Amino acid sequence: MSANGTPMLELEGINTYYGQIHILQDENIVVNEGELVCLLGGNASGKSTTLKTILGLVRPRTGTVRLAGEDVTQLPTAHRIKRGLAIVPENRRLFGPMTVLENLEMGAYLRPKADLKAEFERVYELFPLLYERRTQLAGTMSGGEQQMVAMGRALMSQPKMLLMDEPSMGLAPILVEKSFEIIKHVNESGVGMLVVEQNANVSLSIADRGYVLSTGRVVLEGKAADLLQNEELRKAYLGR
Amino acid sequence: MSGGYDDELSRPLEGALEASTSEGPTSPAVGRDEWVARHGDNRTRRGGLLGTVEARLRVVPWWAWLATFVALFCLLPVASDSGYVRRVAFDIAIYMLLALGLNVVVGWGGLLDLGYIAFFGIGAYAYAFLSSDHYGIHLPSFVSIPLVVVIGATTGFLVGLPSRRLTGDYLAIVTLFFLLLFLTVTTNGDDLFGHNVTGGANGLLNADPLSLFGHELPPTLEGGLFNPAYMYVVLAVFVVVYVALRFVNLSRTGRAWRSLREDPLAAEVMGMPVNSLKLMSFAFGAAIAALSGTFVTMLSASVFPLSFSFPLLIIIYTMVILGGSGSQPGVVLGAVLIGTLLELLRDPGDSRVLFYAAIVLGVLGAFRFSVKLAVVVAGTFVFGFVAHSIAGASDNAWVNGSGGEGGGVADFAANWVIVPVHVAAWVAPVSYVSLVALALVLTLLHGWARIALLIPVLYLAAFVWENVMIAQPEPTRYIILGVILIALMIFRPTGLLGEKRVEII
Ligand SMILES: Nc1ncnc2c1ncn2[C@@H]1O[C@H](COP(=O)(O)OP(=O)(O)OP(=O)(O)O)[C@@H](O)[C@H]1O
Ligand SMILES: [Mg+2]
Repeated sequence: MSANGTPMLELEGINTYYGQIHILQDENIVVNEGELVCLLGGNASGKSTTLKTILGLVRPRTGTVRLAGEDVTQLPTAHRIKRGLAIVPENRRLFGPMTVLENLEMGAYLRPKADLKAEFERVYELFPLLYERRTQLAGTMSGGEQQMVAMGRALMSQPKMLLMDEPSMGLAPILVEKSFEIIKHVNESGVGMLVVEQNANVSLSIADRGYVLSTGRVVLEGKAADLLQNEELRKAYLGR
Repeated sequence: MSGGYDDELSRPLEGALEASTSEGPTSPAVGRDEWVARHGDNRTRRGGLLGTVEARLRVVPWWAWLATFVALFCLLPVASDSGYVRRVAFDIAIYMLLALGLNVVVGWGGLLDLGYIAFFGIGAYAYAFLSSDHYGIHLPSFVSIPLVVVIGATTGFLVGLPSRRLTGDYLAIVTLFFLLLFLTVTTNGDDLFGHNVTGGANGLLNADPLSLFGHELPPTLEGGLFNPAYMYVVLAVFVVVYVALRFVNLSRTGRAWRSLREDPLAAEVMGMPVNSLKLMSFAFGAAIAALSGTFVTMLSASVFPLSFSFPLLIIIYTMVILGGSGSQPGVVLGAVLIGTLLELLRDPGDSRVLFYAAIVLGVLGAFRFSVKLAVVVAGTFVFGFVAHSIAGASDNAWVNGSGGEGGGVADFAANWVIVPVHVAAWVAPVSYVSLVALALVLTLLHGWARIALLIPVLYLAAFVWENVMIAQPEPTRYIILGVILIALMIFRPTGLLGEKRVEII
């Protein structure tokens, strides 16, 4: 809601290939500062690939990725993280044999040690449970708890732009709502977000805008409220 | 002392605590289902004497363990004035250093470095270059040792540089190639483009002894005995390296290594410099190996290419794996156990006692105290005596071949195992192969059929031991290392003190 007009993240004319397979086709996506944008699409539509392209884990064959106006297409991942990017990866990908505390600390790897105390406090305030469990091994936590660790870990780097790949995967319905509340809360503190979701209903209800991908192309985009009313989308994703 | 940093963060944060308690019982707490809420209640404790001992041991701080261990080690030369024991103690101290270094690369960095021993050799040769008659350079120890460490770290860095993107199998092959290159260059280095660089197979002689504060430590005392002061020096270096590595492991870098090993992709998206971290662990390990090399050269006042070959590589790896790759106390324990075992196996008497003890413990461990145990023990005894007397009755030459050390065990073996005076050439391979084959069949059987086969297999094992393996201590040592690794793989894949693996599912 606090979104103003300056773009934080821009994808322009992105074409990404895996070998010979053309995955992302002329993709254009913009996330403005402090905006919450959701990226919808069926399985294998290229959502995770979009996030990987943004992070630099795969390089687009053509097109540009811009962070706060700066072209980062050729920069390695670590440099993009330094510029304020962070991700909650698909399937969480925690460091299993390490404690919750250590997992959180690794999220702030690029931040000076002196600042960490404030970061920890912020994350513990969002997720009090993580504080209680800071000495538990992350791999031994339940799926829902692990999701909190993954979110906390991403927030530890104090990102300006947060990417999330299916944050509600494997959560009980009540937790899905709760986790979107938290996402909204984090967003309102000024963090721009690009959230990949299967759950179109919940995610559109909190998002500012949305994009819909289908076989690597953006087929629909617009204000979240408009998308919620869109007949095609309702048929495809909302099942009514 | 577990890293001041953690302690600071583990202290209660007022805001967080408030938030966690102010939620109240009615509001739905995120992710706190029933099991989670009663997490603490679900913790169980082992009761009884064992539980008490375990709980007590757990609170002993790490430095107390280290101090006790080092103190006991220091007493060795006092307790025994045998030059042999002192020499073995020195070797084991070197093994401990080498294992600590390999643990950084394999256990922490997660890199399969098969060229590790080459860095040990590079250290040994570098010291000889810097402090011997070979080039006529005689740098004092306090200059040459740090130089050697720097050389070791630099070579480690350079070897890692082209292979840093490589992982797993590729890295293993590249480093193995490096070890081969090192061995080739050192063995043929007496004529490198017309220069004598490494002395070839004859090695380099007349290396300087250690000099401390202008005071030289002779490697041998009067009477040709080895100077135990060297053992104390290596032990002191070991303590310094151990403590330093402990702090590295508890630092952010140590944790970064662990996360890198766990999930390289996740580590990368946290912004970790994956390649630099890998290179760093590589260089750390190489530096420690090179440091160990200097003391070996000092003590023998010489260095030969043969000291740095594959068997040593395998031995160090076995130590790290047995003790528990990743755990510092673990790899030190592994070094002590394997180092002692290999020495004991050199002596036929000791190795015989060890063999029968291992069999008895193995059977005891498998059956505990049960009827089956009684059947196996009695059956094996009877089987042996019957076989022995039948063979003895037909021809005395069949059973008179034995004779050796080992006290009561040897006497027992002489009256129980068939040991012909003259062993035909085909006996060794045939009995050996059938032992392995029968042991494999054993794993397929169950119940009483297994026990029925176990009795002759045990007897055959004793037969192979007495007739084949004792006669050839060298291959026997490696066969036993192999057996230990296989047993470990089956019963305790994380090693003796290794951390349990936690898989995210
Ligand atoms: N490394 C790879 N090599 C080859 N093909 C790949 C690779 N990674 C992904 N793909 C393919 O690219 C397509 C898009 O994958 P992507 O992971 O982006 O889908 P997604 O939209 O995230 O789907 P889901 O919702 O199921 O996670 C899929 O067809 C997938 O099989
Ligand atoms: Mg995906």
